[in-house]
Amino acid sequence: MSERYNAGPRRNRLLEHPLVRLTAVRFHEFVREPEALFWTFAFPILLAAGLGVAFRNQPANVLPVAAATQQIARALGAEPLLSVRRLPVAAAEDALRAGKVVLAAESGVGGSVVYRYDPTNPDGRAARLLADAAIQRAAGRADPVPAGDSLVHEPGSRYIDFLIPGLLGMSLMGNAIWGVGYAIVDARRKKLIKRLVATPMPRRYYLLSFVLSRLGLLIAEVGAILGFAVALFGTPLRGPWLALAALCVLASLMFCFLGLLIASRARTIEAASGLMNVAMMPMWIFSGVFFSSERFPAFLQPAIKALPLTALIDALRANMLQGAGLAQTAPQVAVMGVWLVGCFALAVKFFRWR
Amino acid sequence: MASAAPQPALRVRNLRKSYKDVVAVDGLDLEVRPGECFGLLGPNGAGKTTTIEICEGLTEPDSGDVEILGMRWNTHAKLLRQRLGIQLQETQLAEKLTVFETVRLFRSFFRRGPDPDAAIALVQLEDKRNSRVGALSGGQKQRLALACALVGDPDLLFLDEPTTGLDPQARRQVWSLIEEFRSEGRTIVLTTHYMDEAEQVSDRVGIMDHGRVIALGTPGELIASIGAEHLVEFSAGENMLDTAPLERLEGVRAVRVSEGAVRMHVAELHVAVPALLAELARQRMPLTELRTRSASLEDVFVALTGRHLRDE
Ligand SMILES: Nc1ncnc2c1ncn2[C@@H]1O[C@H](COP(=O)(O)OP(=O)(O)O)[C@@H](O)[C@H]1O
Ligand SMILES: [Mg+2]
Repeated sequence: MSERYNAGPRRNRLLEHPLVRLTAVRFHEFVREPEALFWTFAFPILLAAGLGVAFRNQPANVLPVAAATQQIARALGAEPLLSVRRLPVAAAEDALRAGKVVLAAESGVGGSVVYRYDPTNPDGRAARLLADAAIQRAAGRADPVPAGDSLVHEPGSRYIDFLIPGLLGMSLMGNAIWGVGYAIVDARRKKLIKRLVATPMPRRYYLLSFVLSRLGLLIAEVGAILGFAVALFGTPLRGPWLALAALCVLASLMFCFLGLLIASRARTIEAASGLMNVAMMPMWIFSGVFFSSERFPAFLQPAIKALPLTALIDALRANMLQGAGLAQTAPQVAVMGVWLVGCFALAVKFFRWR
Repeated sequence: MASAAPQPALRVRNLRKSYKDVVAVDGLDLEVRPGECFGLLGPNGAGKTTTIEICEGLTEPDSGDVEILGMRWNTHAKLLRQRLGIQLQETQLAEKLTVFETVRLFRSFFRRGPDPDAAIALVQLEDKRNSRVGALSGGQKQRLALACALVGDPDLLFLDEPTTGLDPQARRQVWSLIEEFRSEGRTIVLTTHYMDEAEQVSDRVGIMDHGRVIALGTPGELIASIGAEHLVEFSAGENMLDTAPLERLEGVRAVRVSEGAVRMHVAELHVAVPALLAELARQRMPLTELRTRSASLEDVFVALTGRHLRDE
C-alpha cells in the first residue's frame, strides 16, 4: 500500500476519534445557532422572571371600612388589618355600593353597633369579624384563651418555588427533543446522513454524539436556570445535589431518545415538528408545569403519572422542595427508565439512515 | 495496491432495480479497469445515480452482482467503506461548520489518508480553510465535497454529477482535479449528463439510457462507431430540397432534416463538402448557411436513441 500523502502533523489520537469529532461538531453547530441559544438559556429564565413577578407574594390585604362615629372609628383603628375612614351614614352607603369600602359600621339603638356589608363578599365577612372583635375589645372584652400568630413566609411554599422545577423539566424536555429532532431531520433532508453513512463512520457514534453533546449542554442549561432561581428568588434546593444531577441526566437521556424516535423516519422539518408538538403538547398541559397535575380528575391520574414529563417534574419537586433523595423518587425514576429504554430500542430499530 | 491485482476495480453483472412502477436499472453490465476514469453518460432519469449508489452500497439492488476491488458488500462492507471515496449527487454539508472542521470530521472516520489540511490543499481551498461552508460558492462547495471523498486516500472514487450546476470556470477547475486524481493511479467512476465532461475526463465512456448501457468504449471509439467523424449542417433557405441524392453522396452516413436545416453525418469533410456543393448546384439551390464540426458523444447518443442528452 503506497502512501500517496504525508500524514501531516501527528494529532492527538483521542481528539481525532470519530465520536469526539461528531460530538464537537454538534457543539459547534449549536453555539453558532443564536435561536437555539435563546430557547435553551434565555427563554426559561425570562419565563421564570415574568411568572415570578406576576405571582409574587403580595402583602396581606388591609380591608377598607367606613365608621359613622368618632368612637367607632377609634375602636376599629386598633385593628391593623382594617383601614378606617370616617364617613356619614349616607356617604358610607355610597362607598359600600361603589366597592370603596367593604363594610360600614354605624351606631344603632341603645348603644349597639350595626354592620352593613354584603354577606356574599368574603372580604365583607372578614371585615365583619375583625371589626366586631375590635369593637368588643375596645369595650373591655377579655379573650378567655390567649392566642398568638405565627406567619408563614418560608421559601418553598411560594408559587415561584413550585414553578421552577416545572420550568426546569419543561426546558429539559423541549431542548432535548428539539435539539436532537431538528438536527437529525435537517441532516436527513440535506442528505448529510446518507453522506455520512457512505463513510466508515460507525452508526452508533452518530446517534451517540447527539446524546453526548446534549449532556454537555445540560450542565450549562440546568446551571443557568437553577442559578438564576436561587439568586433571584431564593428557590430552595433541599434534596441531595447528586440526586438532582442524576435526575437531570436521566431525563435528558430519556428525552434525547424520545427525540431520536420522533425524528427516526421524518424527512421534512414540517413533519418532524408536527410530531414533536403532538408528543409534547399533552405533557405541557397535563404534567403539572404551571399547576399541580393533581387537579385533573382521578381517572386520568394513572395516565398522567405515566407521562415522562410528569415523572420528571414530580421527582424534581420532591427533590428540590421536600429534600427527597433518589430512593424516595424511585417510582418516577422507574417510569423514566422505562421510557428511556423503550424509546432507545424503537429509535434504533426504526431509524432511517438516508 | 488494487491495480496490481488482475481483477477489475468494479464489475457489475445483470444489475436490476425497480421503484414501484419505474425500472431504474434494467439488466446493466459494466467493467471498470484499475486506474482508469470511467464515465457513465446519460440523460436525467437514465439510472446513473441508482447504479452508482448500488455500487456504493447505499442502495440494495433487486438482483445482480456487484464486485468492487474484488470484494462484495455483503461480506466486506467495513473494508470497502475504508477504501472508497464517495461524492453524492446533491449532498449539502453542514452550513455552520468551517471547511477545516468538515474535512477533519470526515478524516476521523478513516484509518489512513492525508491530514485534513493536506486534503484541503489538494482541492485548493487553503484560503477558505476557516470559512463557513454556508459562505462558499457552488464550485468551492463541490471541491470541499471532493476533499471529503479524498480524505480516506481511496483506491476507487465515485463521483455523481461532479459539475452539475457549476459555471464553466468552476467546471474546468473540477475537471483538472479529477485529472490529477487519475494521474495518481486512482480508479474513478463518474456520472454525468454533459457530453463534454465525459469526453474531457473519461478514458472510457458507457452511454446509458433507460437503465441500460447502450454503448461502451473510448470517446474516440464511440464517435467512430456511428461511422461519422464530422457533421455538416446547412440550410437552403425556404427552398424545397430533395435530400434523397444527398444520402447517396460519398462518405455520407446519415441525413436528417429538422426545421429547414439539414444535418449530415460524414466520414471525411474534404470529400463530402465538395460533393454537397456540387449536388446543390445541380438542384439549383442557394446555400444560406453552412457549418461543419467534429462529431461528439452527443451525436452518438442522438444516433443511438434519436433523442438529445438534455431535452431543453
Ligand atoms: N427513491 C426513488 N423512488 C422512486 N423512483 C426513483 C427513486 N430513485 C430514482 N427513481 C427513478 O429511477 C429512475 C432513475 O433515476 P436516477 O438513477 O436518479 O437517474 P439519473 O441519475 O440518471 O438521473 C428515474 O425515473 C427516477 O425517477
Ligand atoms: Mg443522477
